[in-house]
Amino acid sequence: MTEPGSVSLAASRRRLVVDVVGIAASAVAFGFVFGLAADGAGFSPLEAAAMSVIVFAGAAQFAAVGYILGGLAWPAIVLLTALLNARHLLYSAALAPWLREVPLFRRAVMAHLLTDEAFALSIAHFTRIGRTDERGYWIAAIGGDFIPWTLATMAGAVAGRQIPSPERFGLDIVFPAAMVGLAAGLLAGRREVVAAIVGAILGVAVALAVSPSVGIIAGGLLGPIAGLLTPRRPADAASALGTPESAARYSMPGSSEPRGPGNAAADR
Amino acid sequence: MSVVILAILMFAVTYPSRALPMLAPGIERLPRPALDYLRLVGPAVLAAIGAVNVIAVKPGGAVGFHIGIEVVAVLACLGLTIWRRNLLVGLVAAVALVALWRAAGLG
Repeated sequence: MTEPGSVSLAASRRRLVVDVVGIAASAVAFGFVFGLAADGAGFSPLEAAAMSVIVFAGAAQFAAVGYILGGLAWPAIVLLTALLNARHLLYSAALAPWLREVPLFRRAVMAHLLTDEAFALSIAHFTRIGRTDERGYWIAAIGGDFIPWTLATMAGAVAGRQIPSPERFGLDIVFPAAMVGLAAGLLAGRREVVAAIVGAILGVAVALAVSPSVGIIAGGLLGPIAGLLTPRRPADAASALGTPESAARYSMPGSSEPRGPGNAAADR
Repeated sequence: MSVVILAILMFAVTYPSRALPMLAPGIERLPRPALDYLRLVGPAVLAAIGAVNVIAVKPGGAVGFHIGIEVVAVLACLGLTIWRRNLLVGLVAAVALVALWRAAGLG
């Protein structure tokens, strides 16, 4: 296990760049798939890319495509987006002590680029060197995520127009499979598992009884209540979102050794 | 154009949760039950979207109960993602499974 602050800046940056390459490859693949999905929902390539730049939140963007296809009204889409992206509050709070010395304007830009992956990469990097490295954050957020995600989105939306029947190649399964796979990345303990299972079951039941869009809302809002009613195991607290331990869930295979112990930010 | 307006609205509700703790530390201190609830929304809503799309919507778009290769593919993706800790591996497997099934004329 790497002790917090035990790695030199240069060594940690080298490790960061290796991780960034892996995350960027993943962002290219998912950005491309999002572009395909957006094209399927009727977005132009420019609209798809604009959503990636403006919203820059993969799961919420994928979900928005699903909501639009399901005929969900805009206020409901915006509400669900707010709830889905509320987890960033935890990431931002965990990074805040590290970024205290960064000028306000740059922090404001950094905030827009804060994603699951940017959090995972940067908090691991800060923890390794035991201090803030602003350049490391930009490398993680822009190099690992923003540029590859946005460019690949546009490429996917353009390519989608060239594929006459994507379902023949099984591409229609990408969207639901990506949703479930992304949910798996958020399963930190028993409560999350219960929320996901109940959300899925309720979603399907209400979708069949009323409509798919209402089913998604019902599952997304009521599933967490079932999760809250489930007793938490003490071990689950260690991997809650927003902790360095939770960041490992977004690491690429081969780079997911345990991060520094506890929340190093709190130790400073 | 309407998509861009929707994107701006989505940004408007996303940015505060990204920025507030960084720009005004301490403001993120919501009541514990609210934080616990918000933590659980992600898995619930994503699972609901995935399940509704493969079980409550049939491959042509009609609403109705449907258990087919799509469910198997999504479960395979879930299993591989958890096992390999890599969503991409799961997605490739899911696409390959569905494509092969359909190429064989089974779906």
